[in-house]
Amino acid sequence: MSRGSRTTPISGDGSGLVTDRRTLLRASLGGAGLLLAAPALAACGGKSSAASSGGGGGGNLTFGSDGSDPTPRKAYGALTAAYTAASGMQVRTNVLDHNTFSQQITAYLQGTPEDVVTWFAGYRMQFFAAKNLLHPIDDVWDTIGAGFSDAAKKLSKGLDGKTYFVPLYNYPWGVFYRKSLFQAKGYQPTADWDSFVALCAQMKKDGLSPLAAGFGGGDSWTNLGTFDYLNLRINGYDFHMQLMGGKVSWSDPRLNAVMDHWRQLAPYLEPGASGRKWQDAAQSVFDKKSGMTVTGLFMGQAITDDSLREDIDFFAFPAIDPTNGQDAVEAPTDGFVLSAKAKHVDAGKKMLEWIGTSAAETVYANVDPSNVGASTKADTSKYNALQQKSAQMIASAKYITQFGDRDSDPGFISAVVEPGFAQWLASPDDGASTLKKIESQRSQYFTS
Amino acid sequence: MAITADVTGKNAKNAAPRRRPRTRVLSFGDKVFLTVLIGVPLLALLAFVWLPALASVAISFTQWDGIGLSSIHWVGLQNYKNIFTNYPPFWPAVEHNIIWMAFTALVPTPAGIFLAYQLDRKIRFSRFYQMAIFVPVVLSTAVVGFIWEIIYDPDNGLLNSALGTNNPAGKHYIDWLGNPHLNLWAVLVASAWRHTGYVMILYLAGLKSVDPSLREAAAIDGANGRQTFLRVIVPAMKPINVTIIVITVMESLRAFDMVYVLSGNNGSKQGLELLSLLITNNTVGESPRPGYGSALATVLLVVSLAAIVTFLVQNFRKERRA
Repeated sequence: MSRGSRTTPISGDGSGLVTDRRTLLRASLGGAGLLLAAPALAACGGKSSAASSGGGGGGNLTFGSDGSDPTPRKAYGALTAAYTAASGMQVRTNVLDHNTFSQQITAYLQGTPEDVVTWFAGYRMQFFAAKNLLHPIDDVWDTIGAGFSDAAKKLSKGLDGKTYFVPLYNYPWGVFYRKSLFQAKGYQPTADWDSFVALCAQMKKDGLSPLAAGFGGGDSWTNLGTFDYLNLRINGYDFHMQLMGGKVSWSDPRLNAVMDHWRQLAPYLEPGASGRKWQDAAQSVFDKKSGMTVTGLFMGQAITDDSLREDIDFFAFPAIDPTNGQDAVEAPTDGFVLSAKAKHVDAGKKMLEWIGTSAAETVYANVDPSNVGASTKADTSKYNALQQKSAQMIASAKYITQFGDRDSDPGFISAVVEPGFAQWLASPDDGASTLKKIESQRSQYFTS
Repeated sequence: MAITADVTGKNAKNAAPRRRPRTRVLSFGDKVFLTVLIGVPLLALLAFVWLPALASVAISFTQWDGIGLSSIHWVGLQNYKNIFTNYPPFWPAVEHNIIWMAFTALVPTPAGIFLAYQLDRKIRFSRFYQMAIFVPVVLSTAVVGFIWEIIYDPDNGLLNSALGTNNPAGKHYIDWLGNPHLNLWAVLVASAWRHTGYVMILYLAGLKSVDPSLREAAAIDGANGRQTFLRVIVPAMKPINVTIIVITVMESLRAFDMVYVLSGNNGSKQGLELLSLLITNNTVGESPRPGYGSALATVLLVVSLAAIVTFLVQNFRKERRA
């Protein structure tokens, strides 16, 4: 679950939902009544939407947002307000807790979803499109298509060749650090593996923890950033995508090298990572207790003091095998879909057409500067240095990946791979038994 | 033993004159009233507890992605086979549930009984102590989880700051919730904090209802405090004892919310696997597997029923014999 905005589930409007589900689950666990869970959860999503949209049918377009953290919440608010100003259409927004939203998405889309809904590109969108839970929007793309690159178009397509998705922004993953710390200690960003490991060793010698890490709470997805990059750098894009798609074995010998390299980094990870949230890991870099961290541009959302923003910089994950170099970038794309059960299909399409313009992206980016607009026509003049660099990095990449849990079956990743890696990081060995364990469960998820 | 002889007051009851048999004639209105009174809850019970439970057992033999009914297909015992032979977190989860039950039965439950016993002796500020110990029970277990999450936070948490063990680079850095050898015990402490108050209030209510003349009689017979408690009070409170044992077993088997909060939403942190969490992991989420999750739920259902039924049957048998 790689999203820009992460927090404990008890935030914003979502807290009610969390409690609801918890009570429900407790009830269903007590009687082991799990059949009830799916429809009941759907009802749960429906209920809260009715509550926060004030009930009543009306002809108003509805918008389901997972932006429950303060920054995205404000940014989506600005987006819908701007659309209302531009088109005269009223939009009713229902903000759902970020993590809860993605956990309940299956039930939500089958229940009474809002018309336009925030979601992620790639495998995770294709899955629901294939299940007929999304509405195809090819006619929207006839209008907005010119503003997007081919890569973005490909990401928005379902397996049936129809388009289902309008991207809003993406953000790259890289190695983030504080410029002032690097300057003070004379560190240099590195582009190859050996000097990266040497840099880590130097930092450790200087009393820093070289790589800030936090995969406590529900944050074990953050480990995938490192894994994905190692695999992309060592084995290349094609192998990585096959692995993610469940097409090659996880006990493939090519993965041994990945675990070997990862193991070299293990001694440089900040201790206590398994009990820390990613926000606290980011804080440790801000506080100059840690030298660097492998994370996404969303790290900026954890910044509370704006003067700090200019001191943050990043470099691409170092190259390992020169044949692959640094040709791939992990740049998860967030955007919007139209639910198949939408009550206002035409109005929804109109809104998506507007969202697909660079003007809309500017509105969003003005509030949340930790992303890069997905449109090629996005106004980059107001970008800060980090955004400029990010946009450049994504534009120059040969391959764009979404992220481990977005390129693969999310259930497999979160129930098998994430705990497997978290466990392995507690006492890193050659990884053979971890990979074997993952592989033994692969077939349960990738059946068709 | 002389002291225990007349505790239950059975002899007294037998000596009392027999009650007159109740009239068996019910008016039509009474019958309707009774039918509604019994029928509605019975239907609700069947519809909302047993039907889903049985449906869940049925689903456990299928594979399903939770979207539409057309994608269900029968796989027989495949889910169970996978759970028992090819699901790494399963056996640790069973182990943790057993540890949870043993710990709850051995530490917070006796502690609650002990506190109740002390508070019953009319010491000063008794009401204040009662309230203070009971406060955690008023909070939902999820909230208790959030409170302890703040306490256990490795960098900024209360505990590590107080112990001076909050420096990641230092020698004695304690990762309470991350360390797989430690986190279960850390959570159990948090759970005990709440459970103690729960048991205390139940037991205190029981103690207050024990006939004071029993104590007097015991005192006259020359029993000391310990003897009075163990041989007179405890047997006299049998219904409460049964309730507490059932609650302890139930709470241990359904332990969920606190760990869900403390180990994060995908909740399968090493060292903190629990059956209830595994069920959730597989049934809730972006690509749920209700079949597999239901199979896990069925396992838990069988274990719970076995534990409770065994206990109750034995208990009733003893009662009948007595």
